[in-house]
Amino acid sequence: MSFNIVVLAKQVPDTRNVGKDAMKADGTVNRAALPAIFNPEDLNALEQALRIKEKVPGTVVHLLTMGPVRAAEIIRESLYRGADDGFLLSGREFAGSDTLATSYALSCAIRKLGKIDLILCGRQAIDGDTAQVGPQVAEKLGLPQITYAEDIIEITKKNITVKRRLERGVEIVKGPLPILVTVNGTAAPCRPRNAKLTLKYKHAATPSEKQESGSDYTDLYDAHPYLNITEWGANDIEHDPKWLGLSGSPTKVKKIDNIVFTAKESKRLTGSDFEIESLMKELIANHTIG
Amino acid sequence: MNNLFVYLEIEDGIVKDVSLELLTKGRSLAKQLNCKLEAVAIGYQLENIPKQVFPYGVEVLHLADDKRFVPYTTQPHASVLIHLFKEEKPQIALLGATSLGRDLGPRVSSALFSGLTADCTSLEIGDYEDKKAGKVYKNLLYQIRPAFGGNIVATIVNPDCRPQMATVREGVMKKEIFDPKHTGEIRRLEVSKYVSDQDFVIEVIERHIEKTKIDIKSAPIIVSGGYGVGSAENFKLLYELAEVLGGEVGASRAAVDAGFAEHERQIGQTGTTVRPKLYIACGISGQIQHIAGMQESAMIIAINSDPNAPINKIADYIITGRVEDVLPKMIKYYKKNTK
Ligand SMILES: Cc1cc2nc3c(=O)[nH]c(=O)nc-3n(C[C@H](O)[C@H](O)[C@H](O)COP(=O)(O)OP(=O)(O)OC[C@H]3O[C@@H](n4cnc5c(N)ncnc54)[C@H](O)[C@@H]3O)c2cc1C
Ligand SMILES: Nc1ncnc2c1ncn2[C@@H]1O[C@H](COP(=O)(O)O)[C@@H](O)[C@H]1O
Repeated sequence: MSFNIVVLAKQVPDTRNVGKDAMKADGTVNRAALPAIFNPEDLNALEQALRIKEKVPGTVVHLLTMGPVRAAEIIRESLYRGADDGFLLSGREFAGSDTLATSYALSCAIRKLGKIDLILCGRQAIDGDTAQVGPQVAEKLGLPQITYAEDIIEITKKNITVKRRLERGVEIVKGPLPILVTVNGTAAPCRPRNAKLTLKYKHAATPSEKQESGSDYTDLYDAHPYLNITEWGANDIEHDPKWLGLSGSPTKVKKIDNIVFTAKESKRLTGSDFEIESLMKELIANHTIG
Repeated sequence: MNNLFVYLEIEDGIVKDVSLELLTKGRSLAKQLNCKLEAVAIGYQLENIPKQVFPYGVEVLHLADDKRFVPYTTQPHASVLIHLFKEEKPQIALLGATSLGRDLGPRVSSALFSGLTADCTSLEIGDYEDKKAGKVYKNLLYQIRPAFGGNIVATIVNPDCRPQMATVREGVMKKEIFDPKHTGEIRRLEVSKYVSDQDFVIEVIERHIEKTKIDIKSAPIIVSGGYGVGSAENFKLLYELAEVLGGEVGASRAAVDAGFAEHERQIGQTGTTVRPKLYIACGISGQIQHIAGMQESAMIIAINSDPNAPINKIADYIITGRVEDVLPKMIKYYKKNTK
């Protein structure tokens, strides 16, 4: 018994550390000023996959991401931590995808990967906080889904048992394989890079990256095929073009507004005894408190 | 046909507040669109649902009653909605942005190829011009939500696909009874036509849902603490002030992440939205994600050691000082002046 697992992961701008230069003068987001990171909850998903691989020898963990050429960074990061291989889905055809078009493209790529027992993804990506891609991929593939996993309690040839973390509680559920599971940030953190694997995969690259760097390592890649990160364009997956990219995206952004607050007329106090006492008296007098 | 639908989230036979809030909002949107407000209840022994939701102006209530619908699992509920929406072709469908709604919504939208916008903070009706296609769409649902970690606000539309779907977090919309005597039509769905046995593949082995003990949403006074409070120990001062004032303690995400307060107390975009009479922000910088959840408070007092903290822009009273110095004084002078 062994499993074929796909982990879906996304490279996202680090919206948690939006600095002052992240917004341009015209109020639009300066993506270039934000560091690109491995979406945090996708790392939790990767850890769940690696744990299964540890327990069940022969298990293979694939990492799949859709994004620009640069997104291969998170594939390498996954290889350093123990994934077996990675696939980058990239190309113009995917530009402008909303969650539905993204899910469609990912589901076509997963089909190409052959027989898969388990798909793991993060609960949500921090660039949009939508938490939609997981369930939508499951629907597109006709698979059941278990969302908000905190722990995979057991996986057998037929079933998976998962502890889910809900807003106000926990649930333990069991579902049949193949299945898609989305993993919460409350699940175990991902293990760090493994030094040996980091050395081994340091030069792993996609065809686009090899081309960009212009360096001629042909021999290296021929001698070590595992260093080739697979890159698929739209032509490599079986798809209907109308469901990809902009045309496959029912949601359109009508407008983006910068957030501006009109400053209130406020009273400034220093926090001295006298001022605090007057404030409390005033609030009591106007029935705000008391 | 082409009405506005709200999915009712039910726990122990009680329709959740978030659904009643959506009915209230849905009612006003439906009025603007000149269409009906319909609701869908999927569960078991639903006899008590009609009287809970009709006062909110529901005109048609669909009931899918079957023992197997409880506890909730994704596919059976999704199948009912997918089939019902195919028949009824709603123009808008709204769900709570709860763990359940955010599990169910995407599944349904994927099957219907209809756009879904998660976590809207505002819903409006308006027109949309697609300049490239040279088309103007009338009366679309504007799905307005913070994006990019809350640094911008985006207005999303679904010009061509129906239903236009959106989820909204609890507390974002107001809940208001339309007419306590209002009743509407009940339609009982023949369940076997809407779900198949294959939908029931997930087995719930154990389930512990805690009743919320903390109710910051309806507290008239909130004493809220941020990372600047410094420690869980210092938070005790906030509890003390909340206690004497008859309020509740809230927190910023940074304070929750640091373990100073429970997650249920988090206020903001990814927490609860509150509108108390008085909001006292202690050691909170006032990032947009926090402000999104409290800016409608009637009065705001900001206590911050930084005279230029962003929170000051929306505060009625700005106290520049340290939380640990200011709060004891507030407690002391409140007590002194109310004796
Ligand atoms: C997608 C997303 C969703 C988010 N959702 C939420 C949400 O729902 N709610 C939320 O709150 N945040 C949310 N955040 C986080 C938000 O951006 C801020 O990081 C957070 O609100 C900051 O919390 P804070 O003000 O407590 O901490 P800080 O920003 O660290 O501010 C601490 C403040 O305390 C002051 N201070 C320090 N010491 C003292 C003292 N002794 N006395 C008085 N003042 C002192 C400092 O001057 C400072 O202003 C979200 C972020 C993202 C990206
Ligand atoms: N472009 C993508 N490539 C691979 N996985 C993705 C992509 N977008 C989203 N996902 C997965 O879907 C999850 C939810 O994303 P979202 O719906 O954008 O919040 C993420 O945590 C990822 O696991």
